[in-house]
Amino acid sequence: MAKIIIPTPLRKFTGNQAAISTNGNTIREAIVDLTNQHPDLKNHLLDATGQIRSFVRIFLGDEDILSLQKEETMVAESSIVSIVPAIAGG
Amino acid sequence: MIAAKEIVLTYKENHKKDRYIIVPIIIRRQIERLLEGNYPNEGVGFFYGDEKDNYRIIKRILPVKNVKEGDQRKRFEIDPRDYLQAEKFAEEWSLSLLGIYHSHPNHPAIPSVHDLKRAVPYFSYIILSIENSITQDWTSWRLDEKVKLFEQENLVI
Ligand SMILES: [Zn+2]
Repeated sequence: MAKIIIPTPLRKFTGNQAAISTNGNTIREAIVDLTNQHPDLKNHLLDATGQIRSFVRIFLGDEDILSLQKEETMVAESSIVSIVPAIAGG
Repeated sequence: MIAAKEIVLTYKENHKKDRYIIVPIIIRRQIERLLEGNYPNEGVGFFYGDEKDNYRIIKRILPVKNVKEGDQRKRFEIDPRDYLQAEKFAEEWSLSLLGIYHSHPNHPAIPSVHDLKRAVPYFSYIILSIENSITQDWTSWRLDEKVKLFEQENLVI
Protein backbone atom coordinates (compact mmCIF):
# COMPACT_ATOMS: atom_id res chain seq x y z
CA MET A 1 0.00 0.00 0.00
CA ALA A 2 1.28 3.41 -0.91
CA LYS A 3 0.06 6.77 -2.05
CA ILE A 4 1.52 7.74 -5.41
CA ILE A 5 1.87 11.42 -6.31
CA ILE A 6 1.27 11.98 -10.01
CA PRO A 7 3.35 14.74 -11.65
CA THR A 8 1.38 17.52 -13.33
CA PRO A 9 2.14 16.42 -16.94
CA LEU A 10 0.60 12.99 -16.32
CA ARG A 11 -2.53 14.06 -14.45
CA LYS A 12 -4.55 14.10 -17.62
CA PHE A 13 -4.23 10.32 -17.55
CA THR A 14 -5.64 10.05 -14.01
CA GLY A 15 -8.69 12.24 -14.49
CA ASN A 16 -6.76 15.12 -12.89
CA GLN A 17 -6.16 13.26 -9.65
CA ALA A 18 -2.87 14.28 -8.06
CA ALA A 19 -2.60 11.33 -5.69
CA ILE A 20 -3.67 7.71 -6.13
CA SER A 21 -3.82 5.01 -3.47
CA THR A 22 -2.28 1.77 -4.68
CA ASN A 23 -1.90 -1.84 -3.58
CA GLY A 24 1.39 -3.69 -3.56
CA ASN A 25 4.31 -4.24 -1.23
CA THR A 26 7.06 -2.91 -3.47
CA ILE A 27 7.53 0.09 -5.74
CA ARG A 28 7.16 -2.19 -8.75
CA GLU A 29 3.86 -3.66 -7.51
CA ALA A 30 2.53 -0.22 -6.64
CA ILE A 31 3.38 1.17 -10.09
CA VAL A 32 1.84 -1.84 -11.83
CA ASP A 33 -1.31 -1.43 -9.75
CA LEU A 34 -1.37 2.26 -10.67
CA THR A 35 -1.19 1.43 -14.39
CA ASN A 36 -3.97 -1.12 -13.93
CA GLN A 37 -6.14 1.55 -12.35
CA HIS A 38 -5.23 4.10 -15.03
CA PRO A 39 -4.21 2.20 -18.18
CA ASP A 40 -3.42 5.38 -20.14
CA LEU A 41 -0.45 5.90 -17.80
CA LYS A 42 1.15 2.63 -18.77
CA ASN A 43 2.98 3.83 -21.88
CA HIS A 44 4.39 6.77 -19.99
CA LEU A 45 5.71 4.77 -17.05
CA LEU A 46 6.65 1.33 -18.37
CA ASP A 47 8.52 0.19 -21.45
CA ALA A 48 7.52 -2.74 -23.68
CA THR A 49 9.13 -5.22 -21.29
CA GLY A 50 7.30 -3.83 -18.27
CA GLN A 51 10.33 -2.06 -16.79
CA ILE A 52 10.07 1.46 -15.42
CA ARG A 53 11.19 3.82 -18.18
CA SER A 54 14.64 5.34 -17.85
CA PHE A 55 13.27 8.90 -18.10
CA VAL A 56 10.95 8.27 -15.17
CA ARG A 57 12.39 8.63 -11.70
CA ILE A 58 10.67 7.37 -8.57
CA PHE A 59 11.07 8.83 -5.10
CA LEU A 60 10.03 7.23 -1.83
CA GLY A 61 9.55 10.25 0.38
CA ASP A 62 12.68 12.31 -0.33
CA GLU A 63 14.80 9.35 -1.44
CA ASP A 64 15.44 8.36 -5.04
CA ILE A 65 14.72 4.62 -5.22
CA LEU A 66 17.97 4.27 -7.21
CA SER A 67 19.76 4.80 -3.89
CA LEU A 68 17.45 2.30 -2.14
CA GLN A 69 16.49 -1.14 -3.52
CA LYS A 70 15.25 0.31 -6.83
CA GLU A 71 11.93 -1.20 -7.98
CA GLU A 72 12.08 -3.80 -5.20
CA THR A 73 12.07 -1.12 -2.50
CA MET A 74 9.37 -1.99 0.03
CA VAL A 75 6.47 0.37 0.58
CA ALA A 76 4.13 0.69 3.54
CA GLU A 77 0.61 2.02 3.83
CA SER A 78 1.96 5.38 4.95
CA SER A 79 4.48 5.60 2.09
CA ILE A 80 4.41 8.57 -0.24
CA VAL A 81 5.79 7.69 -3.64
CA SER A 82 6.44 10.44 -6.19
CA ILE A 83 6.78 9.97 -9.92
CA VAL A 84 9.29 12.45 -11.36
CA PRO A 85 9.77 12.96 -15.09
CA ALA A 86 13.47 13.45 -15.80
CA ILE A 87 13.30 16.75 -17.64
CA ALA A 88 15.96 17.50 -20.22
CA GLY A 89 16.42 18.92 -23.69
CA GLY A 90 18.74 20.80 -25.93
CA MET B 1 28.81 23.19 -39.15
CA ILE B 2 25.17 22.28 -39.49
CA ALA B 3 23.86 21.12 -36.15
CA ALA B 4 21.61 18.07 -35.97
CA LYS B 5 19.00 20.39 -34.51
CA GLU B 6 17.93 21.65 -37.94
CA ILE B 7 17.84 18.40 -39.87
CA VAL B 8 14.77 16.74 -38.41
CA LEU B 9 11.41 18.41 -38.28
CA THR B 10 10.29 18.68 -34.66
CA TYR B 11 7.04 20.58 -35.02
CA LYS B 12 3.81 20.63 -36.98
CA GLU B 13 4.00 22.92 -39.98
CA ASN B 14 1.14 25.09 -41.21
CA HIS B 15 -1.19 24.38 -38.37
CA LYS B 16 -3.57 26.90 -36.87
CA LYS B 17 -2.44 27.99 -33.44
CA ASP B 18 -5.42 27.83 -31.13
CA ARG B 19 -3.70 27.94 -27.76
CA TYR B 20 -2.54 31.10 -26.00
CA ILE B 21 0.09 31.70 -23.37
CA ILE B 22 0.19 35.09 -21.71
CA VAL B 23 3.48 36.39 -20.30
CA PRO B 24 3.13 39.58 -18.23
CA ILE B 25 5.93 42.12 -18.75
CA ILE B 26 7.45 41.56 -15.28
CA ILE B 27 7.71 37.81 -15.89
CA ARG B 28 9.05 38.43 -19.38
CA ARG B 29 11.85 40.61 -18.01
CA GLN B 30 12.66 38.07 -15.27
CA ILE B 31 13.01 35.22 -17.75
CA GLU B 32 15.06 37.27 -20.20
CA ARG B 33 17.42 38.53 -17.49
CA LEU B 34 17.97 35.02 -16.14
CA LEU B 35 18.54 33.33 -19.49
CA GLU B 36 20.71 36.15 -20.82
CA GLY B 37 22.78 35.71 -17.65
CA ASN B 38 23.23 32.01 -18.44
CA TYR B 39 24.64 32.79 -21.90
CA PRO B 40 26.53 31.10 -23.57
CA ASN B 41 25.09 28.15 -21.64
CA GLU B 42 21.49 27.03 -21.74
CA GLY B 43 19.42 28.20 -18.79
CA VAL B 44 16.19 26.64 -17.59
CA GLY B 45 13.33 27.08 -15.17
CA PHE B 46 9.70 26.30 -14.40
CA PHE B 47 6.73 28.58 -14.70
CA TYR B 48 3.42 28.59 -12.90
CA GLY B 49 0.07 30.18 -13.38
CA ASP B 50 -3.55 29.60 -14.17
CA GLU B 51 -5.23 27.88 -17.04
CA LYS B 52 -8.67 28.39 -18.50
CA ASP B 53 -9.83 26.77 -21.71
CA ASN B 54 -7.12 27.50 -24.28
CA TYR B 55 -5.45 30.23 -22.24
CA ARG B 56 -2.54 29.97 -19.86
CA ILE B 57 -1.30 32.98 -17.91
CA ILE B 58 2.07 32.94 -16.18
CA LYS B 59 2.09 34.25 -12.61
CA ARG B 60 5.37 33.08 -11.22
CA ILE B 61 8.64 31.45 -12.23
CA LEU B 62 11.17 29.18 -10.54
CA PRO B 63 14.66 29.22 -12.04
CA VAL B 64 16.53 25.95 -11.58
CA LYS B 65 20.07 24.86 -12.21
CA ASN B 66 21.08 23.31 -15.49
CA VAL B 67 22.71 20.12 -14.16
CA LYS B 68 23.70 18.70 -17.53
CA GLU B 69 27.21 17.31 -17.22
CA GLY B 70 29.57 18.46 -19.93
CA ASP B 71 28.71 21.03 -22.56
CA GLN B 72 25.76 23.13 -21.42
CA ARG B 73 25.71 25.28 -24.54
CA LYS B 74 23.52 22.74 -26.32
CA ARG B 75 21.88 20.75 -23.55
CA PHE B 76 19.98 21.19 -20.34
CA GLU B 77 18.88 18.82 -17.65
CA ILE B 78 16.89 19.36 -14.46
CA ASP B 79 17.80 17.60 -11.21
CA PRO B 80 14.90 15.28 -10.26
CA ARG B 81 15.02 16.75 -6.74
CA ASP B 82 14.45 20.22 -8.18
CA TYR B 83 11.50 18.80 -10.10
CA LEU B 84 10.06 17.28 -6.93
CA GLN B 85 10.43 20.64 -5.19
CA ALA B 86 8.82 22.43 -8.13
CA GLU B 87 5.70 20.29 -7.80
CA LYS B 88 5.57 21.04 -4.07
CA PHE B 89 5.70 24.79 -4.78
CA ALA B 90 2.75 24.47 -7.16
CA GLU B 91 0.71 23.06 -4.32
CA GLU B 92 1.99 25.62 -1.83
CA TRP B 93 1.29 28.55 -4.15
CA SER B 94 -2.03 27.14 -5.41
CA LEU B 95 -0.84 27.58 -8.98
CA SER B 96 -0.54 25.12 -11.82
CA LEU B 97 2.88 24.02 -12.94
CA LEU B 98 2.42 24.97 -16.57
CA GLY B 99 5.76 24.33 -18.17
CA ILE B 100 9.43 24.97 -18.67
CA TYR B 101 11.39 27.81 -20.20
CA HIS B 102 14.87 27.35 -21.61
CA SER B 103 17.30 29.13 -23.88
CA HIS B 104 18.88 28.36 -27.21
CA PRO B 105 22.20 30.20 -27.23
CA ASN B 106 23.10 31.07 -30.83
CA HIS B 107 20.22 29.00 -32.17
CA PRO B 108 16.73 29.81 -33.38
CA ALA B 109 13.79 29.43 -30.98
CA ILE B 110 12.72 26.19 -32.59
CA PRO B 111 12.52 22.97 -30.57
CA SER B 112 15.52 20.73 -31.05
CA VAL B 113 15.48 16.98 -31.56
CA HIS B 114 16.53 16.60 -27.92
CA ASP B 115 13.66 18.80 -26.81
CA LEU B 116 11.27 16.57 -28.72
CA LYS B 117 12.81 13.34 -27.50
CA ARG B 118 12.42 14.34 -23.87
CA ALA B 119 9.18 16.31 -24.11
CA VAL B 120 6.44 15.47 -21.64
CA PRO B 121 2.71 15.95 -22.23
CA TYR B 122 0.80 18.99 -21.03
CA PHE B 123 3.76 21.30 -20.37
CA SER B 124 4.27 24.42 -22.44
CA TYR B 125 7.87 24.70 -23.60
CA ILE B 126 8.96 28.31 -23.90
CA ILE B 127 12.17 28.80 -25.87
CA LEU B 128 14.24 31.98 -26.04
CA SER B 129 16.80 32.42 -28.76
CA ILE B 130 19.78 34.34 -27.36
CA GLU B 131 22.75 35.79 -29.16
CA ASN B 132 25.57 37.63 -27.42
CA SER B 133 23.56 37.74 -24.20
CA ILE B 134 20.64 39.45 -25.91
CA THR B 135 17.23 37.85 -26.45
CA GLN B 136 16.30 37.63 -30.12
CA ASP B 137 13.07 35.69 -30.13
CA TRP B 138 10.43 33.96 -27.97
CA THR B 139 8.35 30.95 -28.91
CA SER B 140 6.16 28.46 -27.04
CA TRP B 141 5.32 24.86 -27.88
CA ARG B 142 3.33 21.92 -26.65
CA LEU B 143 3.78 18.25 -27.45
CA ASP B 144 1.15 16.63 -29.63
CA GLU B 145 1.46 13.09 -28.34
CA LYS B 146 -0.42 11.51 -31.21
CA VAL B 147 2.02 12.61 -33.90
CA LYS B 148 5.00 13.10 -31.55
CA LEU B 149 5.65 16.62 -32.77
CA PHE B 150 5.50 20.01 -31.10
CA GLU B 151 2.60 22.29 -31.79
CA GLN B 152 3.28 26.01 -31.56
CA GLU B 153 1.28 28.19 -29.17
CA ASN B 154 0.42 31.86 -29.49
CA LEU B 155 2.64 33.85 -27.18
CA VAL B 156 1.10 37.04 -25.81
CA ILE B 157 4.04 39.10 -24.55
ZN1 LIG C 1 15.71 23.41 -26.71
